[in-house]
Amino acid sequence: MATLTLGKAINEGLRKALEDDAKVLIMGEDVGKLGGVFRITDGLQKDFGEERVIDTPLAESGIIGTAIGLAIRGYRPVCEIQFDGFVYPAYDQIVSQVAKMHYRSRGKLRLPIVIRIPFGGGIGAVEHHSESPEAYFAHTAGLKVVACSNPADAYSMIQQAIATDDPVVFFEPKRRYWEKGEVDTSVAHSEAYPLFASRVVRRGNDVTVAAYGPMVKTALDAATAAAEEGRQLEVIDLRSLSPLDLGPVFESVRRTGRLVVVHEAARAGGLGGEVAARVTEECFYSLEAPVLRVTGFDIPYPAARVEEEFLPDLDRVLDAVDRSFGW
Amino acid sequence: MSKGDGARQPATANRSSARDEGRRKPPDTEFVQLLTPDGSRVEHPDYDVDFTDDELRGLYRDLVIVRKLDAEATALQRQGELGIWASLLGQEAAQVGSGRALRKQDMAFPTYREHGVLYCRGIDPIMPLGLFRGVDQGGWDPNQHKFNMYTIVIGAQTLHATGYAMGIAMDGKVGSDDGEAVIAYFGDGATSQGDVNEAFVWASVFNSPVVFFCQNNQYAISEPLERQTRVPLYQRAAGFGFPGVRVDGNDVLACYAVTRKALDDARHGQGPTLIEAYTYRMGAHTTSDDPTRYRIASEVEAWQAKDPIKRLRSYLERTHAADDTFFGALEDEAAREAGALRERVLSMPNPDPLEMFDHVYPTGSPEIDEQRETFARYLETFAGGH
Ligand SMILES: Cc1ncc(C[n+]2csc(CCOP(=O)(O)OP(=O)(O)O)c2C)c(N)n1
Repeated sequence: MATLTLGKAINEGLRKALEDDAKVLIMGEDVGKLGGVFRITDGLQKDFGEERVIDTPLAESGIIGTAIGLAIRGYRPVCEIQFDGFVYPAYDQIVSQVAKMHYRSRGKLRLPIVIRIPFGGGIGAVEHHSESPEAYFAHTAGLKVVACSNPADAYSMIQQAIATDDPVVFFEPKRRYWEKGEVDTSVAHSEAYPLFASRVVRRGNDVTVAAYGPMVKTALDAATAAAEEGRQLEVIDLRSLSPLDLGPVFESVRRTGRLVVVHEAARAGGLGGEVAARVTEECFYSLEAPVLRVTGFDIPYPAARVEEEFLPDLDRVLDAVDRSFGW
Repeated sequence: MSKGDGARQPATANRSSARDEGRRKPPDTEFVQLLTPDGSRVEHPDYDVDFTDDELRGLYRDLVIVRKLDAEATALQRQGELGIWASLLGQEAAQVGSGRALRKQDMAFPTYREHGVLYCRGIDPIMPLGLFRGVDQGGWDPNQHKFNMYTIVIGAQTLHATGYAMGIAMDGKVGSDDGEAVIAYFGDGATSQGDVNEAFVWASVFNSPVVFFCQNNQYAISEPLERQTRVPLYQRAAGFGFPGVRVDGNDVLACYAVTRKALDDARHGQGPTLIEAYTYRMGAHTTSDDPTRYRIASEVEAWQAKDPIKRLRSYLERTHAADDTFFGALEDEAAREAGALRERVLSMPNPDPLEMFDHVYPTGSPEIDEQRETFARYLETFAGGH
């Protein structure tokens, strides 16, 4: 057991993946000498060389496009997009190329590419540095999309994402990079909790709260606060956004009869809507109240000095819980 | 014309140096320089300036004030009053030279670092600080100031500049002395982006009145120039079919002369030019960056000797165009301006949270109206003091 920050846990996971498989490459802007602007790749170029930890020219379309070629050639590129808001120059390569090549080749071609994206707000950044673009990717068939929420998961999930032959968009909750947790680095990723699976992270029988990435901690904090008022929240970390693993959510909602879904991304077209629809389809007779969403508003990510109001927080989660009970 | 000649120079980059990140090649000898680092005036066959002493003092004043305001912003960030700051330290001559070369009718498309250009456009230096403080995301009218909002997404603005220039041509506003021209700013790192290369294609085939002004400050955050190119950047223009010229980016006179000529060519209908202002980012990429992780102190020191302000001061002193009274008064003036800027930053109000729902659409949206109202009611539940 080691106590690691979430950022360091990803760093250790990447290191392990580089050790385990000589075909694994890391590529991105400033990932080499600098170790990435968040230092997630710190020390890796020093230890694995410039051939495997590659500072790329400043062009996201180029990063993903060349990763595709490297993958066709047998490599396993792990691409870092420096911030959420800078993935869009690569969007065409991701959606039109990465997502479709396996399908178009009728299964002959595999693109084991991981696209790491630090996402979400709460760090007081300027525009384009706080966005939550996961729905754009979850909407695209052929891409798997996951989000880690804690150091232990971060360590295993990044290795599993690299090991799978599916292309994975890997979202990292940047504002949680510095939060610490226990990580058992002796557990092989193949033995760890599966990648494309959700997980109950707190038990409770009164209301279910589903969240992912940075909002898992927010949901857990809300659960702690609610418990003081005698309400038991069951918190589920969705972890995999495509495919969604809603079995544990259905099971939970059948017990609680209430569901609140939380994400930073905008409400319109967001994953909360997808979860709500499926839970309604599966658990209609168990529901005591409509599924409620606590999300960012349907506006561009605002200036940093109002982001606290924009972002879902403990109070807004509890408010939704109250509304669910008030139904 | 030297611009065309320059564009035909063979590639001279040393291929083996691509990984040798600590080493910098000296600038090509053909680059345009009118004022040497020690402050001597030199001749160039194609470019010249003829400034009065008063105008030279004016340029010097711009350089000093721009640097002082920049230092004040860095200090404000250190004290937690700005979220982040992108300092222009070392790039004052490139910005003041090109900024002063713009005519009133010209339009500029900046990155996030062009505080000096903004100042030279006569714009209140407080204007971009809301973005860095986190109280807004620009919030100014690009058309009113002939200065687009800052663009953080690398390279995107070069296409906007090109489209604007296409509009100028469509409006018939090229071909005379009072024709209009556009300047697009970007960095050496940006030259790798698809958008920038597409802008070059568009500007070339539509013969648009746009000047591409690349401040090659040698770094894109931690990545040295060699990671973006193996040929001198200005030579890229040749492949797109327009002239490229490299200018000493720490020489305000040369930057002025080269930009003035390129803008005038553009406004007269002669199409785009790529200017590579060869300079150096003396500070960190932004206040979030730690350059000691990727470059050595001796490199920074070597560039200190080429300081853009020092060389103009030497020249002014040598030619007796300015004396200690002038320099002293200017220092006081710069300090006053910086102090005033500080006061105004400190008194910038935080936005009302409900304002975040404004201006998503010019014609509004019932869904957003509904979200604003719901959120306002929610906020009121706290007003009672729970
Ligand atoms: C599309 C995009 N990708 C990545 C970034 C993150 N980023 C901000 S500045 C920068 C380096 C820019 O270097 P350069 O173009 O040389 O300009 P400089 O900052 O040196 O003036 C990077 C990678 C960004 N802003 N936009």
